[in-house]
Amino acid sequence: MSATRQISKGLVFAAAAGLAVAVTGCSSGSSDIREDGRIVIDYWEKWTNFEKEAMQRIDDYNASQDKVWVNFVSQSSLERKLLLATSGGNPPDVSGFWSYALPSFVDMGALQPLDYYMEDAGVDGEDYVPSIYALCHYRDHTWGLPTTPASIALHYNVDMLEEAGLDPAADLATLDRFDAASQALTRSGDDGKYDQMGFLPTDPGWWTPMWGMWFGDPLISADGQELTCDSPESIAALEWFASFTKDYDYEKMRLFESAHRGQFASSSNSFMSNRMAMKLQGVWMASFIETFGPDVKWAAAPFPAGFETGGEPVTIVETDLLVIPRGAEHPREAWDFIQFVQQQRNMERLCLDQFKFSPLREVSEDFYASHPNKEIELFRELAESKNAFGAPQIAIWTEYRDELGAAYQQLWTNPGGSDPETLMRQVKERLQPRLDQANRAWERVREDRLAAWSARP
Amino acid sequence: MKMTRTDRHQLASAALFLSPWIIGFTVFVALPAILSLYFSLCDYSVLTEPVFIGVGNYTDLTRDALFWKSLWNTILFAGLALPIGTVVSIALALLLNSPMWGKGIMRTIVFLPSLVPLVAMGMLWQYLLNPEYGLINGILQPLGLASPDWLGDPSWTKPGLVLTTLWGTGNAVIIYLASLSEVPRTLYDAARVDGASWWQQILNISLPMISPVIYFNMIIGIITVLQIFALPYVMMGADGEPARSTLFYAMYLFNQAFTYLRMGYASAMAWILFLLIALLTWAGHRASRRHVHYGGA
Repeated sequence: MSATRQISKGLVFAAAAGLAVAVTGCSSGSSDIREDGRIVIDYWEKWTNFEKEAMQRIDDYNASQDKVWVNFVSQSSLERKLLLATSGGNPPDVSGFWSYALPSFVDMGALQPLDYYMEDAGVDGEDYVPSIYALCHYRDHTWGLPTTPASIALHYNVDMLEEAGLDPAADLATLDRFDAASQALTRSGDDGKYDQMGFLPTDPGWWTPMWGMWFGDPLISADGQELTCDSPESIAALEWFASFTKDYDYEKMRLFESAHRGQFASSSNSFMSNRMAMKLQGVWMASFIETFGPDVKWAAAPFPAGFETGGEPVTIVETDLLVIPRGAEHPREAWDFIQFVQQQRNMERLCLDQFKFSPLREVSEDFYASHPNKEIELFRELAESKNAFGAPQIAIWTEYRDELGAAYQQLWTNPGGSDPETLMRQVKERLQPRLDQANRAWERVREDRLAAWSARP
Repeated sequence: MKMTRTDRHQLASAALFLSPWIIGFTVFVALPAILSLYFSLCDYSVLTEPVFIGVGNYTDLTRDALFWKSLWNTILFAGLALPIGTVVSIALALLLNSPMWGKGIMRTIVFLPSLVPLVAMGMLWQYLLNPEYGLINGILQPLGLASPDWLGDPSWTKPGLVLTTLWGTGNAVIIYLASLSEVPRTLYDAARVDGASWWQQILNISLPMISPVIYFNMIIGIITVLQIFALPYVMMGADGEPARSTLFYAMYLFNQAFTYLRMGYASAMAWILFLLIALLTWAGHRASRRHVHYGGA
């Protein structure tokens, strides 16, 4: 009996100790002051690989002052973890973020506006490239400031174009000539399969849902209330996209495409292995070519548009941001770090390391001279274009994007099975009620949110 | 009957010993399950307060074409993967149970792939199923057989995934092997004396005698396959490419919860899946009364 009692007592003690550990583990704050008296702020970032190394530039910040220490934590699936941490009331003090996800997080009240911090520090939206700053701004407030922005352009293999007798300046200038160039660059091998292709609109397919933008459709009405994927511009984009299934040998094309699927960061990448002459890619591509295809002689040009652009090239822009989540314990210190990153010298070092252009209007001459991406000025010019499109600023963008992507794939994998008008009508019928629902949900909390955001922190 | 002091003390001790499990079950299983039932009746996105909308999520689901598509994809996949997986694993177990040279090594080889993590397995099979450079088509082509675009053609993606899942069949094979070794030798001896062929022995002795194990594996298989997630997520992307031919139920549920941030809608989906699995398990249990023979293993 006494043994049972002793075991029982032991169990009670163990349970109490477990509970104490659990409670202590759930709380934060015990470790946010270092021995040297600095406040520790947690900084979550999404990068891995060389981009992660570039973000280690925070060492410069830690060395620049003696009040705050930034604790860098690289996170996979950052948005999901940030969502759950914010919901649980234990978010990081500052976090990296994708610009496309901003509206959904803002509408849920997951982020803190930066307006007052910016005002006090004299940081202004005018300091930035307009298309990039627009991605940080939503519902009349600024929610994050850019770190490394990106635009996308057509990368082409110089040798392959030369061999085919093509002049990039002329043959890549209009969509018709581009299509003809793509066909001229496509050839079959001895086994009858394509051993080289000019261009595929599905390789890598990351921006397939946004082809409508190259035909002049921003995919959303100006007031953010109506999806415009059934516009004539988007229909034209789908028709152009589908034309590949008719203009090429379909079986051979699909085989070629499948052989290189999912091999971006690899020497088997169709562009790195000199099998694809032209590829739509982002500013970071230079870094991957350097690693996986150092012998590829390449250059970049704006991707030709399917509408009258008035001389302004078309591109898609996106940016990585630094944001302060709702409930962050040290927002002022977090802002101090964000402000440090925004200084021209620091921003340029970061962007150089990530092969990207600076989002700041002011750029030093050294930046371009020492930049490892030889086409960096083109990417910056593209971002400055009046036709630089960002992802639609709506809370349901990810759902809309997936739906558009599936419609394009439907057209690609089952040619003749459905027509662009029907597909886009179906997308709109499915998603417009969701947008209306999201807008109604916003209206329910609008007053409260606006009042909270207007309060000085 | 009145409890003595000793009884009460023993009851308290028992409750104390059980309490870690009870607390764990209550906090991490029962409470979330009950909350998810409530959230399934709400418009809820984790960060905002849940707004009660009654059965709105359930009625929306009945009109959601993608919900039906993901359910159909899952049922179709289960309809392929379960029978094929069962037949292959039983066949392998029978083969490995027969007298043969290097039996131990062969059993190890069959079991080893099931130890490979799912993500690694997915990445590996992406290469194996590559239509141009992949090993599978490399074997099929010289034989003059069709060499499909396993992961690019919507009509071939499910068979491609079934082929991949067969790699992890080692667990079931081991269970069948253990069960086969328990079948009394005397039954086979008697059958041989009566002139039964090898096939007749399999059909009339082996299979009935291991039927409880087949039943167990089938039930576990139904539960597992209806929740398939990691493998298609790694191999085909979150949206079940191409053209959502591999968008399975659990993937769509995950997308709703963590990509589109509709936790209430996802909770409703989770409860429907729970009911579906419970129904199929019950149906399997009913069917087992006729077809499962409990005289042996």
